[in-house]
This record gives sequence, C-alpha cells and structure tokens, in this order.
Amino acid sequence: MKILFPFFAVILLVLLAVVGVKGANLHFLFGVVVPYAAVFTFIIGVIYRVLKWAKSPVPFSIATTCGQQKTLPWIKQDKLENPSSTLHVIGRMALEVLLFRSLFRNLKGELKDSSRLIYGSDKWLWLAGIAFHYSFLIVLLRHIRLFAEPTPSYLHLLETFDGFLQIGIPRLFMTGVILLAAVTFLFLRRLYIPQVRYISLAADYFPLFLIIGIATTGILMRYFFKTDVVGVKELTMGLVSLSPVIPEGVGAIFYVHLLLVSTLFAYFPFSKLMHMGGVFLSPTRNLTANSREYRRINPWNYPVKVHTYEEYEEEFRDKMKMAEIPVEKE
Amino acid sequence: MYDAGKIILGIVVFVLFATFPFYNNAGKVSAKPEPKLDTPVIQQLTEKKCVESKEFMKAEHMQLLNDWRDSAIREGKRVYINSEGKEFKISLQNTCMNCHSNKKEFCDKCHNYAAVKPYCWTCHIEPKEKQL
Repeated sequence: MKILFPFFAVILLVLLAVVGVKGANLHFLFGVVVPYAAVFTFIIGVIYRVLKWAKSPVPFSIATTCGQQKTLPWIKQDKLENPSSTLHVIGRMALEVLLFRSLFRNLKGELKDSSRLIYGSDKWLWLAGIAFHYSFLIVLLRHIRLFAEPTPSYLHLLETFDGFLQIGIPRLFMTGVILLAAVTFLFLRRLYIPQVRYISLAADYFPLFLIIGIATTGILMRYFFKTDVVGVKELTMGLVSLSPVIPEGVGAIFYVHLLLVSTLFAYFPFSKLMHMGGVFLSPTRNLTANSREYRRINPWNYPVKVHTYEEYEEEFRDKMKMAEIPVEKE
Repeated sequence: MYDAGKIILGIVVFVLFATFPFYNNAGKVSAKPEPKLDTPVIQQLTEKKCVESKEFMKAEHMQLLNDWRDSAIREGKRVYINSEGKEFKISLQNTCMNCHSNKKEFCDKCHNYAAVKPYCWTCHIEPKEKQL
C-alpha cells in the first residue's frame, strides 16, 4: 500500500495528461493553467513554510556535535564539528549543504556470527544522494535554454561538459543518465533494506516515482521521440513572458513531462522536499555550540510566582514556634 | 520572527532564483524562428522535396546526418537510398548544403533559438555566405 498508492498516483497523472491532451484537447489547461498554478504554489508555499519555521523560537543551544568543544587553550578545538563562532558555523553549513557531510558518516549495523553487532561505513547512500542532487541541479540549469532568449552563456559551457562523451545525436547528457540511475538506486534501497523499508511511507515513495517519471519522460523526449523543441520553447517562452501560446504539434509526452514537473513543484512545499529550505534552518546544525560560554535564557519563560522560605517563615512563624519547629529569625 | 535579516535574505535569494525566467523575459518579445527555404537552388527545383519527408527531417535530421557521417567516413558508403527508393550522394557539403546554402537563415535559425550547437563545423568548413 505504501508503495502501490504513490506508484498508481504517478501512473494516474501520466494517464491524466495523455487523456487530457489527446482525448479532451485540454492543451490550455495542461500547458498553461496547471504550470502557472504549480509555480505559484511552489513559490508562495516555500516562503510560507520558511516564515513559519522562522517564527519558532530556538531558545537553547541544541547543536549536535561530535568533536571537542572550545575549552582550555592547550586543548585543540574541533571547529567544524563543534563550532563556537559564526565563521565556524558557516564552514560547517557549507560542507553540509554542498557536500552532505553528515550523510557521509552514514553507518550500517550488521549482525556478525548472529551475536556480534558491527557498525561499518556505508557511503552508498551519500554517493547516490550527491550524484542525484548535483545531476538534478545541472538538469534544472540546462532547462534555462527553454526559458531565456538569448540563452545565458553558462548554458553552453554546461552542455559542453555534460555532453563531452559525444555519444549519439542528440549528444548524450551524462547528468540525465546519472539522475535516473541515482534516483532508481534510492528507490531500490528503500525496497531492499528491511529497516528502511519499514520506516518508508507513501510520502517517501511518491517524490521518487515522480522524479523517475520526470527523468524518464525527459530522456524519452530528447533521445527517442524527438519532441519538437522549437514548439516546446514557444510554449515555455509564452509562459515566462506572460503571454501564453499553445503551439501545434507538440506531442502528448511533453504534456506528461510538464504535468509531472508541475506536480513536483506544487507538492514541494507540502512535503519532505522542503529539506531544500530546511537544511539551512536546522538548529542542530546552524547554531554555535557555545552553551558553556553563554547562558541562554528561554525568552518565553513567564514570571513564576514564588514563595521563598523567608516569606513562608514570616507567614507561619507563630505556628512554627508553637510546634517547636526551629526558625531562622526570632 | 527570529533572525529576520537572515531569513529575509534567504527568501529574497530563493525568489530571485525561482522567478529568474520571468523577470529575465519581462518586456522582451521572442518570435518563433522561421527557417528560410528560398535559396536559388531550391527555387529551381520542380519538386521541392528534401531527401526525406519534412516531418522526418524536422525530427530526425540530426540522426540522419550522424548516420550519414558514419556511413561515409567510417564505412566508405557514399550512396543513401531514401524511403521512396531514390538515391542521394551522402555529402553534407555537396548534397545538403547545395540546396540549403543559407546556413545563417536555415540551420542557425532553429539551432540558435533552441540553443543547440551542433559540432558539424568542427570538421567541415563553414560555408562563407554572400551578404544577402
């Protein structure tokens, strides 16, 4: 159920686009209305989520650390694992955001000889993760060719490197293949590791199927079905210049790709995909670990009504004396 | 809101990235490219037809050119037989460019629009076009 529901949801989206465009001729709905609504939802949704996070107070230093904290001058501090200044935090965050450093420490527990639990390094998740994210970034940046006229100069540089193997025509872009391979690995990993499978929910599989669908339709369009790129660019340029047009002769597979991408964008703010913004806002990562240097006072501590011993004695002194309880003040 | 300065900076960067295509194209008009077919050689043709149908050429010309290259350069076969059984000499410069002598008005129109840079001209000599 946790796998089949998102799987059929993506299949349904594919069929919806095919039937909508081929059967019902709803080109304007799938080519213009849905993409606009998706981009709008994406931008507003992400801002809303970030603002909501920003409203949550983080009164205490809860940075997770695994290195020596700043202490006596002759003990060497681990500045990246236990940052005590903003500069250290920036270094730590940069490594986290750009290189997924905490994932690099991913461990795998295994029972050896059915009694000894052994932990070993497991870099595959990190490798697939970083391959996936960077290829997706490059694929996204490459799409600028459909959204700018003239295209920015970085595009040609990117495509030269991406397609430098010069396999086939149109040139094979490595990132497309790496993206699909990495996302497939991430999916299979969820299936094959029992513990990971146990904790995986529909919300974990849905983005994976969606991205597999997006990458597959993209690759099919470029290498196999040869979509009319000029027609597609007419449509995309119409969208971004706010004067939408529906060109003739763009195949249904393009609308499938577009609907899946729109779904991904619209789904983004409501899902785990928000880790894009969340990674910057993780208090366990972005705080300085200086809990011994500075005392943090919880800002929403309300004034507590206290009854000190002096007041207590003042109030009950007579009764205490009668009961022969020793008092501090006579 | 806590850390308002940093949060707003982050949101501004995000919005600038996400809406780049919109403000980048604000006020610009981009016309659909219309490749020109009015070269002297084409005008003299009685039957204005490429080696294959227009639809096939539009979608598959790059594949065809790639096959032509392999066939001519690697296998030494210089004759192409099209879907109608007609024979053509396999040569970019003497067959394709004979009719489509207007690279700037034909090839480059769509290629520039779609930001495609084919590597034909790393081996072939780019035709020197007369100023029209």
